[in-house]
Amino acid sequence: MSKDIKIKKGLNIPLEGEADKVLGTAERSSTFVVKPTDFKNFTPKLLVKEGEEVLAGSPLFFNKEYPDVKVGSPVSGEVVEVIRGAKRKILGIKILADKETRYAEFAAADAASMSGEDVKQRLLDQCLWAYIKRRPYGTVARSEDKPLAIYISAFDSAPLAGDNDYILHGKEKEFQAGLEVLKQLTDGKVHLNLHRQLNTDAVFKDAKGVEINWVSGPHPSGNVGVQIHHIQPLNKGEVVFAVAAQDVALIGSAFLTGKYDASRLVALGGSSVKAPKYFKTIQGASISTLLEGNVEGDNNRIISGNVLTGTKVAADGNLGFFSKEVNVIPEGDTAKFFLTEGWAGPGLAKHSANRSYFSWLMPSKKYDLDTNTNGEARALVVTGQYESVFPMDIYPQHLLKAIMIGDIELMENLGIYEVDDEDFALCEYVCTSKTAAQQIVREGLELIEKECG
Amino acid sequence: MKFLHTAFQNAKAPFEEGGKFEKYNKALTAIDAFETLMFTPEEVTHTGAHIRDGIDLKRTMSIVILAMVPCLLFGMYNAGYQHFSQLGVDASFWEMFQIGLVKVLPIVVVSYGVGLGIEFGFAMYKGHSVEEGYLVTGMLIPLIVPVDIPLWMLAISVAFAVVFCKEVFGGTGMNILNVALTSRAFLFFAYPTYMSGDKIWVHDGMTNDAISGATILGDLSAMKDGLVKSADGMIQFTGASFSVSDMFLGFIPGSVGETSVLAILIGAAILLITGIGSWRIMLSAVIGGGTMGLIFNTFGSNGLMQFDWWQHMIVGGFAFGVVFMATDPVTAAQTNKGKWIYGFLIGFMAIMIRVFNPAYPEGIMLAILFMNVMAPLIDHYVVEGNIKKRLKRLTVKTAAVN
Repeated sequence: MSKDIKIKKGLNIPLEGEADKVLGTAERSSTFVVKPTDFKNFTPKLLVKEGEEVLAGSPLFFNKEYPDVKVGSPVSGEVVEVIRGAKRKILGIKILADKETRYAEFAAADAASMSGEDVKQRLLDQCLWAYIKRRPYGTVARSEDKPLAIYISAFDSAPLAGDNDYILHGKEKEFQAGLEVLKQLTDGKVHLNLHRQLNTDAVFKDAKGVEINWVSGPHPSGNVGVQIHHIQPLNKGEVVFAVAAQDVALIGSAFLTGKYDASRLVALGGSSVKAPKYFKTIQGASISTLLEGNVEGDNNRIISGNVLTGTKVAADGNLGFFSKEVNVIPEGDTAKFFLTEGWAGPGLAKHSANRSYFSWLMPSKKYDLDTNTNGEARALVVTGQYESVFPMDIYPQHLLKAIMIGDIELMENLGIYEVDDEDFALCEYVCTSKTAAQQIVREGLELIEKECG
Repeated sequence: MKFLHTAFQNAKAPFEEGGKFEKYNKALTAIDAFETLMFTPEEVTHTGAHIRDGIDLKRTMSIVILAMVPCLLFGMYNAGYQHFSQLGVDASFWEMFQIGLVKVLPIVVVSYGVGLGIEFGFAMYKGHSVEEGYLVTGMLIPLIVPVDIPLWMLAISVAFAVVFCKEVFGGTGMNILNVALTSRAFLFFAYPTYMSGDKIWVHDGMTNDAISGATILGDLSAMKDGLVKSADGMIQFTGASFSVSDMFLGFIPGSVGETSVLAILIGAAILLITGIGSWRIMLSAVIGGGTMGLIFNTFGSNGLMQFDWWQHMIVGGFAFGVVFMATDPVTAAQTNKGKWIYGFLIGFMAIMIRVFNPAYPEGIMLAILFMNVMAPLIDHYVVEGNIKKRLKRLTVKTAAVN
């Protein structure tokens, strides 16, 4: 039965620099980097060597633990470098792209007429499986998983996130094909969760064969973890899948055309961007092609992903595997005098979830926030803060403390299987004590996965 | 302000690695504390969310202090007002305020001096940064002691509370009992003659017989013994006469900052509007106090039990305790459900202790301290309820599958 989910707890952070719904043109990137670090709890094993030729969709590396899960190349070209970090950890595979992309050819397929096993095999072969995430843990799905249900959040409620209605407009065919694929993977339902006010495009409204649920309320209402919690909370031992809306269309198009087309629309936003707008680019593309001449100042934080959960990248860095937006905000690496900009000032430029700065008197103001922590890390003092932005029946602060002390049983009891680090992003944002909540949750999930599988 | 920032960097340089006084590098902690007071550090986010809320512990604490300023100012004025009115001497506003200033300011200085001194010492010894918790405690303590408290007693009680109630548990955020109330409880049990009775609440009351410093609650507890049967009787009995508006505005004897409900309500408004104080605790404590008061009113078997339930809220330390002490997030219950229970029981027990305890007319201090101890237990059961719900969900599911 379709559900109506009203999220009350949460916070929309009003940031400057939301992408206008126009499509900018960017120079095509000449090199592409696929980063194994975009996958959580993932130990990459290389399938290619430097100097080797690859096609778009041919596998680059696989997960050591689950070898049938492979990650494909977004473009065709030559593997020019395996970028390694400390202890020879693989940070990226760099590909010098051909002018014209050549694809690893697969036959066009109609998922509806295939068996579940065939669909799964096709996803694994065509390197599409990597787009499917599993809960618990928020890692790439395992091929032996039997998901109770599959969840698709049609909207991203994070600040400055791209608008899926705009991005997927006119892609009804691909999106529906993707849904047909996902339907073959589960005996349960495929849930498509739409925002009551934001999602109006036909691509979502006319989706067939899926359970459409309506969500309303502020961020994190778009987090699939929150939606799962309200639709059918996950118990220990259960597995569900989650796929991002854009990736559903990508999977669908790969089945329709037989080509692994990793191009996507990316929202370029943030207060340091002169003209925030959308760009058509390809996963792993060099971000500098998007930023060319469009960024103010030279001391900026470039984020692949959104400002709450994204990854910091260098100016010559590359778009992440799952990133649907690039945000550029000023770095906050200057000290702030307490009476003017610091803790004792009026704080008109500071955004806060509570009303301790006078900026609360301007409810429609958009903020130009930098990366300063706005205070030092402290012991947890204030209570009730996390709860006010955490719309799940879970005690976030108690769960964090359970993780800090490494008590696995307590973590399980308090609901760690239902959360992902992104669900704690707002807790981390509002925290007076500047606790690294997302990192703590990730460590907890890694520990649980290691100990409990 | 660049020069100031540079000055701090210069001051730290000799203590840093390779500097002249490298082996005294613990001093960095102290310099850091002052530097971060003047400048929010250049620290940027490294993991997780790239942007952070503007709030920090310094802002939080300074708002609580700001909320206490009306109480402090009125307390200074009332110290002089009580003194002169008991003596029957006419005095100007400034003469009254001056008495308070001269008496209260040293208390504030001693409270902060001793408390922060110990905090800095522990921070340097343990090598962590100086946290802001004491900034509020240091202001709370002067507001909950009698105006004539000898400063050495105050210093000892502050030292006791900070060391044994806070630092031994790990410092800010780790304490079980409210530090300011512990300091007051220490004074109460170690030096009872300076903390209770009818001589201490008005300046010079100990030395000048012309001053009767009896508090309303002190008078009320006399009513319990059957000496007087009504509020009118109380006034006849004690010779004191305080109207309800005196009680509300605070023109009554008592600890420095606790008397004016109006000033406390201004503070409460600041805490509630900014969202720093918990409205759940404040509201439920008032409900709890009212409930107990009403129960007593219903039976009314002695004078004190007949005292109007709503008047309980505007005399003694009830309002101050509920607004500033019970809401201390570290020692209160942490879950929202727990906060309702915690607050309710504080109010309930505060009035109960007032009426039943023969030795001590005020109950809010003991009620809050007791509930501080109980808060983790309340939270435990609230969280346990959540856990049970989750386990039940799992067992129902498993049963359905089987």
